[in-house]
Amino acid sequence: MKRGLRLPLEVFAVGLAFLFGMLVLLVAGYPPLQALFALFRGAFGTRNALGQTLTQATPILFTSLAFLLGFRSGIFNIGVEGQFLVGAFVAALSGIFIRGLSFPVHALLALFLGGLGGAIYALFPALLKVYLGAHEVITTMMLSYVALYLTSYFVNYPLKAPGWVAQTELVASSARLPRILPPTQLSLAFPIAIGFAFLVFWFLERTVPGFSIKAVGMNPEASESRGIPVRKYQVLAFVLSGFIAGIGGGGEILGVHGRFVDGFSPGYGWDGIAVSLVGRLHPLGCIFASVLFGMLRAGGMVMTRVTKVPLDLSLIIQALVILFVAAPFFIRYLGGLLRRRRML
Amino acid sequence: MIALAVRGLTKRFGDIVANDHIDLDVAQGEIHGLLGENGAGKSVLSSCIYGLYRPDSGRIFLWGKEVHITSPFDAIRLGIGMVHQHLMLVPHLSVWENIVLGREPRRGIQVDRKKVLRDIEKLFEETGFQLDLSEEIANLPVGVRQQVEILKVLFRGADILILDEPTAVLTPQEVDQLLATLRRLKAQGKTIIFISHKLKEVFALCDRVTVLRRGKKVGTLPIGEATPEILAEMMVGRRVFFEFPKERVEKGGVLLTLREVSTNPPGVPLKGISFDVRSGEILGIAGVEGNGQSELVEVLVGLRRPKGGAVLFQGKDITHSSPKERIRLGIAHVPEDRHRLGVILDFSIWENLVLGFETEPPFRKGWITLNLQAIRSFARQKIREFEITVPHENVPLRTLSGGNQQKVVVARELAFEPSLLVACQPTRGLDVAATEYLRNLLLAARRKGKAVLLISADLDEIRALSDRVLVMYEGKIVGELAPESDEYQFGLLMGGKGFDEAGVASSS
Repeated sequence: MKRGLRLPLEVFAVGLAFLFGMLVLLVAGYPPLQALFALFRGAFGTRNALGQTLTQATPILFTSLAFLLGFRSGIFNIGVEGQFLVGAFVAALSGIFIRGLSFPVHALLALFLGGLGGAIYALFPALLKVYLGAHEVITTMMLSYVALYLTSYFVNYPLKAPGWVAQTELVASSARLPRILPPTQLSLAFPIAIGFAFLVFWFLERTVPGFSIKAVGMNPEASESRGIPVRKYQVLAFVLSGFIAGIGGGGEILGVHGRFVDGFSPGYGWDGIAVSLVGRLHPLGCIFASVLFGMLRAGGMVMTRVTKVPLDLSLIIQALVILFVAAPFFIRYLGGLLRRRRML
Repeated sequence: MIALAVRGLTKRFGDIVANDHIDLDVAQGEIHGLLGENGAGKSVLSSCIYGLYRPDSGRIFLWGKEVHITSPFDAIRLGIGMVHQHLMLVPHLSVWENIVLGREPRRGIQVDRKKVLRDIEKLFEETGFQLDLSEEIANLPVGVRQQVEILKVLFRGADILILDEPTAVLTPQEVDQLLATLRRLKAQGKTIIFISHKLKEVFALCDRVTVLRRGKKVGTLPIGEATPEILAEMMVGRRVFFEFPKERVEKGGVLLTLREVSTNPPGVPLKGISFDVRSGEILGIAGVEGNGQSELVEVLVGLRRPKGGAVLFQGKDITHSSPKERIRLGIAHVPEDRHRLGVILDFSIWENLVLGFETEPPFRKGWITLNLQAIRSFARQKIREFEITVPHENVPLRTLSGGNQQKVVVARELAFEPSLLVACQPTRGLDVAATEYLRNLLLAARRKGKAVLLISADLDEIRALSDRVLVMYEGKIVGELAPESDEYQFGLLMGGKGFDEAGVASSS
């Protein structure tokens, strides 16, 4: 079955989330319209704002695609964060230690190696699941913490650059992904992420492994009986999921920070899970959902600065969006109610 | 006396008229059959009577007085009870808790257990039920759960019982038990509306029968005036043939051989199964369900590794081949539980039709790309060829009726001229027309020189179609019979009685 985008319903959910958010503001004694205006201006109002929004959207687009790919094969890869960090770390090392390559080659190689790092990091839980029956929710979550603290250790001790910040040296300039909307931080990673969204779409809808992965996700027993090797495709989906997460981590390092900074990810991997659901588990839906979340992050900061509304409000709206989209029956019920009203 | 009368009842869903001016009279103390194909409007009619749907027009009379039933609460208050096809019990409560749930006799805020047990004992005496009241529902077989469901309805004081396709989920033995229960209730003066599309049960049970077709009432007959041919024609709207003329087909060589195949649990262990299937024959495997048939099929299609023995196909040892290799060799499989093994409900029709063949050219072009054009035109061709009623090949399979879903499975399995078809319960849950269609397909496959292994719990089906019949009991083949052998002999073998007692010579 093709998953339609069903845009109106999602838009409705988002609108409702904003409405409720405004209500919360009103109750808390802030001027809701002014805050809303600040949020939108901070997200799209200027070239700077737009760049900031898309920069924020980039890593979560990668992680949402990663989660989606696993999910469609029936795997709940909630350890995207770990694969993202490993990818970031490997990309940083490749940028620092590989020498003698010129720009596009070095950057793309570093990015690819980041992806590979994420893929290998996803291979462990994949094999544990398929051969030993260890549930991926447990293993990937645990491995996320392993990745977090291991990379933290490296940038705090053996690989720490001089100075008081826990971070590595800068990667070679040949490994940097160029900025595409100066002076903002928006880098080539963003169009690459969009490209990946279309690639995942093509993969799921137009290829034999994509078809098989979906079949395995929806009914593993029927797939087995129709000759589809279930384990093989689960491992493949898991590894591809880790690969995309790793590319996302690499893109963040090579595009935005230029080095691996301890704690640079505020939980992009975890956000990806929610974004993926808001995007209705459709690769192209993830584009819209990640831009929405990027907007809430970028716009939220501006809103806080201008109106003194705490940043928590944009987090509340994020949470409401997830809630409303995750409750499609509720929304559909409301939608039906409205439609009936209109007919009367 | 007329217990329930319905006049001109009409119910629409959008443009679809599910019930079109239906009249129905049910006399007190009769078992009234409500017969029709899937989608004929039986369930809608009963749901209107039970207050689950509000009819758009029409009137309902109870004991001669007009009633307005707006909810199941009204219906229960008026003495109408309904047993749904999908049982509505709480699995982790006990039998008595389920019976009284929502109608608990109380003392203060406590359930008055003594009174409950007294009341149920009384109900048991009146109706002849005998159940262990403290057993948890989850531990009971479906047939017993259904008895609990009936008791629940009786406990609420129902005089008119509506049973919506109650036999669909039961084994043949449980069906017999249910029919006996219903006869007993009838003897106590209860009025029963029995919804079914199975002619055999209607003949065994009902006093009168009303046939619906496409939302309209075709007619009501006393059962004495009906024959299966008449009822089937009323249901389907054309003549239906119950005899399947088996042409003589020249049998070919041995296609499939099982040699001393045995398996380990889980499941019923197979114990040294050996047989041959030849091209151009239908070999039936009869037996009460749960005697190793499912395990045997799993071994044949590659979903279960045997512990010992060998499976040979066209002379090749395929004991350890994967499902994929077997599909490529030409072994097709119509599974017993199609929702579990046969289809992917959330996939579209075309995706289900190509499932398992997507790796083969022309459906694959290049290294990994799907050739959507080829797949879709293949799907459209199969939809035409097998007369699958579906608006478009893109709709999810979930939206199709059971008969059409099964046609999708069969269309796919027969698509590339397999030489062996393993068909398990191929007509279970299907209506008369779809059943007839599928049986004819099996015979057509035989005519084309394919081998068919037919596993079915429906003895009539096995005997009507097979050239030879093997009987399975507790993981063993306990005998071979000709399809013409009488039912008594089959019964003995299926019940595990030894071969000599069945009075036939052993074939081996």
